[in-house]
Amino acid sequence: MRLPTLLLILAAIVLAAFFLGRQRALSLARPAGGVRSLHSLPKYYGYYASLGAVVPGIALLLMWAAFSDSLITSRVVASLPEALRNQPEAQLSLTLNDIRNLAAGQMQDESRSAEFAVAADLYNSLRDSSRKVLAGLVIALSFSGFALAWLQLRPQFRARNRVEAVVRFMLVLASLLAIVTTIGILLSVSFEALRFFRQVPVGEFLFGLSWSPQTAIRADQVGSSGAFGAVPLFVGTLLISGIALLVAVPIGLMIAIYLSEYARPRLRRIVKPVLEVLAGIPTVVYGYFAALTVAPIIRLAGQQLGLEVASEAALGAGLVMGIMIIPFVSSLSDDAINAVPQAMRDGSFALGATRSETIKRVVLPAALPGIVGGVLLAASRAIGETMIVVMAAGLSANLSFNPLESVTTVTVQIVTLLVGDQEFDSPKTLAAFALGLMLFIVTLILNVIALQVVRRYREQYE
Amino acid sequence: MRANDGDDDRARRQLSPEETRRRVDASLRRRYRSEQLFRLYGLGSVCLGVVFLLVLFGTIIGSGYSAFRQGFVRLDVHFDADLIDPDGGRDLDVLSAADYSLLVKAALRELVPEVASRAEKRELNGLVSSGAVFELRDTVMADAQILGQTRSLWLPLSGDVDLWIKARSAGKSGEDMGGKLSANQRAWLERLQADDRIELRFNRTFFTSGDSREPELAGIWGATKGSFFMLLVTLLLSFPLGVAAAIYLEEFARRSWWVDIVEVNINNLAAVPSIVFGLLGLAVFINFFGLPRSAPLVGGLVLTLMTLPVVIIASRAAIKAVPPSVREAALGIGASQMQMVFHHVLPLALPGMLTGAIIGMARALGESAPLLMIGMVAFIVDVPGGPMSPSTALPVQIYLWADSPERAFVARTSAAIMVLLAFLLVMNASAVWLRSRFERRW
Repeated sequence: MRLPTLLLILAAIVLAAFFLGRQRALSLARPAGGVRSLHSLPKYYGYYASLGAVVPGIALLLMWAAFSDSLITSRVVASLPEALRNQPEAQLSLTLNDIRNLAAGQMQDESRSAEFAVAADLYNSLRDSSRKVLAGLVIALSFSGFALAWLQLRPQFRARNRVEAVVRFMLVLASLLAIVTTIGILLSVSFEALRFFRQVPVGEFLFGLSWSPQTAIRADQVGSSGAFGAVPLFVGTLLISGIALLVAVPIGLMIAIYLSEYARPRLRRIVKPVLEVLAGIPTVVYGYFAALTVAPIIRLAGQQLGLEVASEAALGAGLVMGIMIIPFVSSLSDDAINAVPQAMRDGSFALGATRSETIKRVVLPAALPGIVGGVLLAASRAIGETMIVVMAAGLSANLSFNPLESVTTVTVQIVTLLVGDQEFDSPKTLAAFALGLMLFIVTLILNVIALQVVRRYREQYE
Repeated sequence: MRANDGDDDRARRQLSPEETRRRVDASLRRRYRSEQLFRLYGLGSVCLGVVFLLVLFGTIIGSGYSAFRQGFVRLDVHFDADLIDPDGGRDLDVLSAADYSLLVKAALRELVPEVASRAEKRELNGLVSSGAVFELRDTVMADAQILGQTRSLWLPLSGDVDLWIKARSAGKSGEDMGGKLSANQRAWLERLQADDRIELRFNRTFFTSGDSREPELAGIWGATKGSFFMLLVTLLLSFPLGVAAAIYLEEFARRSWWVDIVEVNINNLAAVPSIVFGLLGLAVFINFFGLPRSAPLVGGLVLTLMTLPVVIIASRAAIKAVPPSVREAALGIGASQMQMVFHHVLPLALPGMLTGAIIGMARALGESAPLLMIGMVAFIVDVPGGPMSPSTALPVQIYLWADSPERAFVARTSAAIMVLLAFLLVMNASAVWLRSRFERRW
C-alpha cells in the first residue's frame, strides 16, 4: 500500500472517530439529563476519540520512516555473499547504492552479476512486506486507540482537560524544535568533524599553512597527498569579510544617521523600504552581479593603473558583499540611534552644539553598543555568506592579504568539497564538516555576543 | 583652594569682547562647514545605496530582457513520408524513432542550394537549433496526416545565431556578438533576413521547459516547479510548527531558565549561516534517514529549519500585539486558557503571523547555499512531477547557468533572475498588503 493511501485511510478513521465520539457523548448524556450533564462540550469528546485514533498510528509511522530503511539495508547486507559483505565501508555503500538503483528500476545494467539482482529482489520484497505490515499495524493501532478512548467516555469524563493537555504537549514539542535543530547541527557536524580529526590532527588543521584537499585516489599517485592546513582559508575569509565591512559600516552608519537625524519623514518613508530591498535580493543574484559586472570593471581599472589584478580578485567579492550587508548595518544602527532618548539631544543643543556635533559627541557614543552589536551581526553574516564568494572568489588557497589577488574562503571550500561525488570516509569530504564546525562556532560566538550587547543596551534606555 | 585656582584661570584667559566674538565667529564658520560636510556625507551614502540598487537592477534587466525573445527561422519543411515512415504503417514507435533532422537539412538546402562541401553543410545545419527536430517529431506524432505534405514552419535558431540576430536588430554591428559564426553563415543569415524568413518571437520555451545544454532549449519551468514543491513543504511544516512554538512561548511558558535557553536558541538560529543548515541536511536527512538526494522534500525540510526562527519571531510579535484586555475578557466569561488562545488571540494575531510566514517564504525562495549541499545542483532536464522526484530550484538554476561557458546563457541567467525577483516582489508586496489590510491599532 502506498503512503498517501494509508494517510487517507488514517484521515477517514480519524474523522469517523470524531463523529462517533461526539455521538457517544450525546447518547450517554441523554438519560443523565441532556447535554448539560456532560463535563465538556460534546465536540471535546469527539476530539478525544480522534486523538486516540491518530496518535499511536502517527507515532508508529514516524518510527517506521526513521528506521525501516536502515533495518532493510542491514538485512540485505547480511544476505550478500561473503566477498561483497567484507568490503571496506566506502565500497559497500557504493554496492548498496547500485542495489537500490537496480531495485528502483533506474539501472538497466545487465553486466551486473546475478548477486546484485538477487539482492535487489530481496530489497524490493522486504520493502513490499514492510509496507504491508506497516499498513496493517497502523490501521489496527488506530482502531484499538479509538476503541480505548471510546470506552473511557462517560458524562463526567473530563474530555476538554485531556484534549487541552495533549494540545499543550504538542505546543511544547514545537517550541523544542529550535533546540533540537541546534543540537542536531552540533551533533551531526561535530560527529563528522571528529572523524576528520582522527585522520588529520587538530593542530595541523588549525595552524597549517597549506591547503590542497585533493587526496590521491590511487596509492601510487604522486604529488596529491592532501594538505589540510586551513589558515589560508581563514585569512581569505577575513580578507573578504574585512573588505565587505569596510564598505558597509561607513555607508550603512551614515545612512542610518542621515535617515534618523536629518531626513524629513517623507524621505525616510520612501528611502527606507527602497534600501531594505537590497537585503531581500537573493545572494545568488549578488554573486552573478559580482562575477559578471564588478570583477571585469575592477580588472579594467587595475589595468588602467598598471596593477596586476587576478580575475577573481578578493576585492570584487568583498565590495559586492559589502553592498549586500549595508541594510543590516543601517537598520540595526537605526534602531540603536532611535533608542537614544531625545532629552540627550536636547541637552546638547541647549549647550550650543550643532547637529553634527550632537551626533558625533552625544548620540553615537550613547548608541555605540547597539551599533557594535549590529556590526558584529553583519560580520557573522559576511563570514557565513556563501553564494557571492562561490561565484566571484577563487578556488586556489593563496595565503595573501592582497585584495587584488584571488583568495578562497571557508564557505567556498565547503561547497567545492561537497558538491559532486562524495565518499563518506575520505578526509576530503570530512574536511568540509570540520570547516562547517569552525564556521558554526565562530558565527555562534559572534551572534551570542552581538545579541547580548544589543539586548543589554536596549534595556539600558527603557 | 580650588575656587581660587579657577578664578586665576579665568583672569588669565580674560579676553576682550571683540576678541571673543572674533574667535567665536571664526570657529562658527568652521563648525558650520563641518556640519554641512557631515550632512553631505549622509546624503551621499543614501544616494550611493540607491545607486547600487539601480545599477544592480539596470545591469540585470539590461542583459536579461533579450532572453524573453528568441530568433526563429521560417522553413518550408516537406514531411517526406519515405524518410519518416518508409513502411507506411504510421506506427507511433516508428514515427518517434525516425530521424527528423533529415527534414530540417533538406529544407535548409532548398533555401541555400549552393552549399556543396561537407564543412559548409555542417555550417548550414548548425544555424538551426537541435531542438527543431523534437518540434517536428511532436508535430508528426500529433497528426500523422501531415506526412507527404509541405508546411511552412517557424523553427528556433541555435544559440549563437540568436545572439547575432539580436545584436544586429539592436543596431550593433554584430561582429562582437557573432564571433562564433563563420562568414558563410553570416551571409546566409543576411539573405534569409532579406527574405523575411527570420523573426524574433516570444520565447515560450524559456517558460515551459526544463534545463538543457543548448541555451535556446533551456527553460525555467523545471526549476520553478522544484522551488514550488520545496516552498510547499516548507510552508506546510514551518507555519504550523512556528505558530505552535510562538503560542507556547508567549501564552503558556512561565519565565524560567529553560525558556530563556529556547529564546536564545531561536534568535541564534536566525543568524546561523545558511550553509550550515545544508550540512545538517546532508548529514541527517540524506545520510542518516536515507532520503533521496536532489529531492524537493529534503530541500523543503532544510528550508523549514531555516525559516522556522523567522516565523516564530514574527508570530510572537503578532501575539504580543494582541492587547491583554481581549484575553481577560475571554477568561472572564469562562473560557479556558486554551480556548482563550485559540478562539480569540489566534484569529486576531493571524494576519501578522501570515505576514511573517510570507516573508520567511520569500527568504527561503531566494536561498541556494544549503541546496548545493543536498545535491540540488544536478543537471536535471525533466520537469519534476512531485516532491520526491529529482529537481533543482530557481536560484540554483541561476547559479548553474551563471557558471556555464556559453554566452547565450548570460541573457537567460539574467532573465531567470528577473523571474525570481518578480516572484519575490509579489510575495513581499502581498505581505505588505496583508499587513496594511488587517493590521489593527489597539
